[in-house]
Amino acid sequence: MKVTYYPGCTLKTKARNLEDSAVASMKALGVEMEELTRWNCCGAVHSLADDDLIHQVAPVRDLIRAMEQGSDAVVTLCSMCYNSLARANLIMKNDEVKRKTINDFMDEEKDYHGELEVLHFLNFIRDHVGWDKVREQVKVPLNDMKVAMYYGCTLVRPGNVSIEPIGDTKVMGEFLEALGATPVDFPMATTCCGSYQILGNPEAALDVSAAILESALARGAEAVILSCPLCEYNLAKTQGQLTEKQKLSKEVPVYYFTQLLALALGLDSEACRFDLNDHNCLNFLKSKSLVA
Amino acid sequence: MSQSESTPKKTQIATGDRAILPKGAKTIPIFIMGKQYEVPETLTIMKAMEFAGFQFLRGAGCRGGICGACPTVYRMPNDYKIHFGLACQTVVEADMYLAQIPFYPANRAVYKLEDIEARPDMINALYPELFRCVACNNCTKACPMNVDVLGYISALKQGDIARAAEISFDCIQCGMCASRCMGEIPQYHIAQLARRMYGKYIMPKAEHLQKRVDEINAGKYDGLLEKLQKMSHEELEKLYKEREREPDLAPNGTWVPQDAQYL
Amino acid sequence: MPIEISEKTIKRDFIEKIIKLSGQDINQCFQCGTCVGACPMSDKVDTVPRKLMRMAQYGLEGPVGESQAYWTCASCYSCSVNCPRGIDLARVMEAFRLLTLRKTNEDKVKLSELPEELVKDLPQIAMVSCFRKLTS
Repeated sequence: MKVTYYPGCTLKTKARNLEDSAVASMKALGVEMEELTRWNCCGAVHSLADDDLIHQVAPVRDLIRAMEQGSDAVVTLCSMCYNSLARANLIMKNDEVKRKTINDFMDEEKDYHGELEVLHFLNFIRDHVGWDKVREQVKVPLNDMKVAMYYGCTLVRPGNVSIEPIGDTKVMGEFLEALGATPVDFPMATTCCGSYQILGNPEAALDVSAAILESALARGAEAVILSCPLCEYNLAKTQGQLTEKQKLSKEVPVYYFTQLLALALGLDSEACRFDLNDHNCLNFLKSKSLVA
Repeated sequence: MSQSESTPKKTQIATGDRAILPKGAKTIPIFIMGKQYEVPETLTIMKAMEFAGFQFLRGAGCRGGICGACPTVYRMPNDYKIHFGLACQTVVEADMYLAQIPFYPANRAVYKLEDIEARPDMINALYPELFRCVACNNCTKACPMNVDVLGYISALKQGDIARAAEISFDCIQCGMCASRCMGEIPQYHIAQLARRMYGKYIMPKAEHLQKRVDEINAGKYDGLLEKLQKMSHEELEKLYKEREREPDLAPNGTWVPQDAQYL
Repeated sequence: MPIEISEKTIKRDFIEKIIKLSGQDINQCFQCGTCVGACPMSDKVDTVPRKLMRMAQYGLEGPVGESQAYWTCASCYSCSVNCPRGIDLARVMEAFRLLTLRKTNEDKVKLSELPEELVKDLPQIAMVSCFRKLTS
């Protein structure tokens, strides 16, 4: 099975730490990630109106590119890209009328019928690398590290694209255990961080983000992992503001899950890219003697 | 001057033009803004419109396919497709249904190139509408220069300024992309910003050019220029005719003039 | 504020438009309020989703149009996956947004007024998703 990697726009600028750590980790695990040679922004959010098909064009165009490259599946790191690609893919696979309209509109492209599979990186590691292999390759076990698993919305909702059955998500826990860390489940693990409302209604987004972090802290989490650059912005980059406004009791280090993977595999700072996280992220790892 | 005075007026109209039908050519009907005209099939859209009596105050510039002033939209009978072309470059076809769009309003950000850096977030702040792109690809289809507009817009969203500058290199700023954009994005202005950033901050500087500029500023050529300015017309003409020329197709870097004092 | 429910305020075509645009049978809603409990924003909006559903069932175009609630919705799908009647509420909220955006051609987020520093700081997906949901 040929799997092509779809990075998404943010991973090329603000979220280089997500991409760099993932690519380097995969290399260490013996998996070469072939990037889609030509791609456009997937649109980040799925359009929900029945008559609005133009907003499905962007993700479908990417899937066509992957098909042209001879791929059987597309793997993504960013949760939002995963969600928008997977949902557009379902339309192309299952809705005959919409499929025809979209294909007819893109008369300069090949027709697409949902031939590809859209995967998220977490499932990809589980199914195509395997936890045993990850466990074998761990050089720096993340012992005594209590990490909250923040799935957010787009990995798990709606049900037809959820990376695991809703209410029975295990993959982040298995991932953390393979790295030697202690997974911490918490009540708001799949509550929305406010997403793009950080622009539309910032106060509301900041409130929910603070509540999510408090919820993780209350369960004894020392750090949080996630896979979405927008969640990362809301939950990590706003922490200075949140503590200042007394919405958050104390700062919590937030990492992309792939950064902890790179760290546990013993990869260097070029791969882990903690320089792009908040300073408290590196300090926390130093306090655990995981980095020098 | 005397030549044109002695030429009869009738033929003068056609001078330098192909409005007089070459042998074997015929006239064809075209529709300009909905009205039918018979025009010689040998003409470009621009000349055909002038033949039909239109006069261009705007919407004509270089007439050489590079200034971007004369984008034209046309349709062919029984076809839903919209086609785009430059009026000065596209030859008319029978039953073409056309209109010119010499100008299309587009948002243009104000910035001082000296005050910004070549950073993607600078572009994002000046043109946040970039993120309204839905990848419909109408921009690429509308481009009379065959620029991959969606390609450079995607590159910009991904923060790749150099790639956007490269892809958009052939853009002539005609604005047809913006006219077709459902995200109301001024693609060509954003691409121009990317090329400016690329040219000023990213592209490696040519060292030999800098060296030559320094020499000019230091006055190396002042004497020569002064000498040239004082020459009579005849002297200049003689100098020009007798100038030493690089042989055509000489391999790069192989030829050196005999008088090398100004190199 | 009491809401007037009368011949004057009930708009039948509004009900039809919502149903068509969202593809959801809004009359299935029996007002249990599960959506309100699931919505992370329900304590921050003027009209909770349950109430909006009721207004939609009555075709109260005016009051629905005046509500700001669905502009704070982040399409997180908590309501939709929890609805015991199987209504995809996120699609109904989208229909509310689109009916306004398509009619007025006015953006809910003014791009020219966005703080420059924030735009520079945000990940691209924040702008892409926000503009898709909140601009026409």
